[in-house]
Amino acid sequence: MNLMKDRFLLIIFACVVLAAPLIFAPTGAAYPDLLQRFAIYGIFAIGFNILFGLTGYLSFGHAAFLGVGSYSAVWMFKLLSMNIVPALLLSIVVAGVFSLLIGYVSLRRSGIYFSILTLALAQMSYNLAYSVLTPLTNGETGLQLRLDDARVLDAAGDAGSLPSTNFFGLEMKEVFWNPTVFGYDLQFNWGYYVCAILLIASFWISIRIFRSPFGLMLRAVKTNQTRLNYTGISSRPYTLAAFVISGMFAGLAGGLLASMDPLAGAERMQWTVGGEVVLMVVLGGMGTLIGPILGAVFIKYFENIFSKINDGVLHGWFAIMPEWLDNAMVVIISPFVGKGWHLTLGALFMLVVIFLPGGLVDGAKRIGRVITGANRRAAKVGIE
Amino acid sequence: MGILEVQNVNKRFGGLQALNNVNLDVAEGSVHALIGPNGAGKSTFLNCLIGKLKPDTGSVKFNGQPVLGKKPHEINQLGVSRVFQTPEIFTDLSVFENVMIPCFAHRDGAFKVNAFARVMRDKEIRQQAEDILEDMGMKEKMNAHAGSLSRGDKRRLEMAMCLVQEPKLLLLDEPTAGMARADTNNTIDLLKHIGESRNITKVIIEHDMHVVFSLATTISVLAQGTIIAEGLPDEIKGHPKVREAYLGEAEV
Repeated sequence: MNLMKDRFLLIIFACVVLAAPLIFAPTGAAYPDLLQRFAIYGIFAIGFNILFGLTGYLSFGHAAFLGVGSYSAVWMFKLLSMNIVPALLLSIVVAGVFSLLIGYVSLRRSGIYFSILTLALAQMSYNLAYSVLTPLTNGETGLQLRLDDARVLDAAGDAGSLPSTNFFGLEMKEVFWNPTVFGYDLQFNWGYYVCAILLIASFWISIRIFRSPFGLMLRAVKTNQTRLNYTGISSRPYTLAAFVISGMFAGLAGGLLASMDPLAGAERMQWTVGGEVVLMVVLGGMGTLIGPILGAVFIKYFENIFSKINDGVLHGWFAIMPEWLDNAMVVIISPFVGKGWHLTLGALFMLVVIFLPGGLVDGAKRIGRVITGANRRAAKVGIE
Repeated sequence: MGILEVQNVNKRFGGLQALNNVNLDVAEGSVHALIGPNGAGKSTFLNCLIGKLKPDTGSVKFNGQPVLGKKPHEINQLGVSRVFQTPEIFTDLSVFENVMIPCFAHRDGAFKVNAFARVMRDKEIRQQAEDILEDMGMKEKMNAHAGSLSRGDKRRLEMAMCLVQEPKLLLLDEPTAGMARADTNNTIDLLKHIGESRNITKVIIEHDMHVVFSLATTISVLAQGTIIAEGLPDEIKGHPKVREAYLGEAEV
């Protein structure tokens, strides 16, 4: 029964993701750049949830793996080929090795000490990327493509313009279909579909891990490590494996960010990025399958759409009202939108943590229960 | 040659000599009770056996194998299980999942990345888990949340988790502490029931003399870090040193 439910969830999820350019059209978010971000940060959050949601180990350092993934991918574009496949593979491998090192050190402690260690190590990587590692990271400017890069596998193309990233010839930034449906201009873009397929694959992997004996052990780590150790299980390798898996997901996300836009800067490794993924997972529902993706979409939507609502747009909304009321409404609402979008997000986050500890997924379940409860009551009345 | 041999174990905490040259020989198949007044060093001793504490000197051998310096999970994999004073279970998981974890540990060892197997499709593990729950009379509660069980059921679940690993030695740290008389009697019955169908050596640390004299085949008395007497229950009852150190405090 569980198996059927998981399959159903995966199919629904895949349909929604593949149809996203259509589904998001009415929300104003259906442009390739933002849809790619939804999918990429969804992958990042899925991976983070395997560590944080299952084992309860809260890492603030996952931005480091995202950054490392981006740098590896850009180096692959510079040296080998503009094809994204080798770039993504290298991102995953390098982020995996890097997370093995950081995980090995920080998992010697648990709780708040673990969080602080990951935060410190990530912040260290960020500062190194800015200073000592400049030959690798190009410091403040960020790592970019140049015309005179080697790219040994690519045939010398037309010089004079930078080549673009591709998947065996399909260019990431190309919009391959541009229909108009219900008055909305839809853009179907190769880059988004690469991200979408990888998001669906990540979601499938996450379902399998959740239902596996490995996932069961990770949940056991969260609830009672003492009992687990006295049951003959060594918890350290399990937490380390979870840490590396989530690091590899972060590396994949970083590699994808670079594949969509081939440049990498140190700001991607800053702790605020690592903090953001924590918000995504908590907001969506930690330890749930779909929650992290909901959280990622929610936060990225706020960051990109809500932040663009300025006073002009607000005046447009309230244009039908008398002028004094229009002005009053704009004064009241404007601190919460536009540049103030963080305020709304913060308030929402607080509301969710206080009233819906299980996140958005918990909220959806409660609503579902109210509806089915109402249905059941209605059915009962019908029988009587 | 006993299944558990402890020789000359010493443990010092600062100025306190918690264990002073403790020797213990537990015969296979016996129920060996370790009693003693508060602060006698019973818990320290148990923690030394299980790998939580490392004694300063001395040796502990299980089945002829030295276990000192080994980690708790390694000692468990050798066949030693422990029941805690307050039941340690996975409160966020279901009863069924709680029992499956030791099944996996028993079959797959201390660490295995089987991230693509499915728990619910593992017939062997499910069967084992269902059998032990049936045996312990908890089958109808198998989908319950372990955290919502009554204290007695938590204890029962913890025992099930230990037994499903088919341990050679079961260590029980005050299994009836804080229980009402009826629950204590249930626990005694449970332990007797366990003993009937399986040949498991047990070491019990206990305060309640009623429990000790109903179950134990051998009793050792620990006082101020030293074993002051050892023998059959009847011998211990009449032992003058024991009366002085311990039994005099309570009605026997």
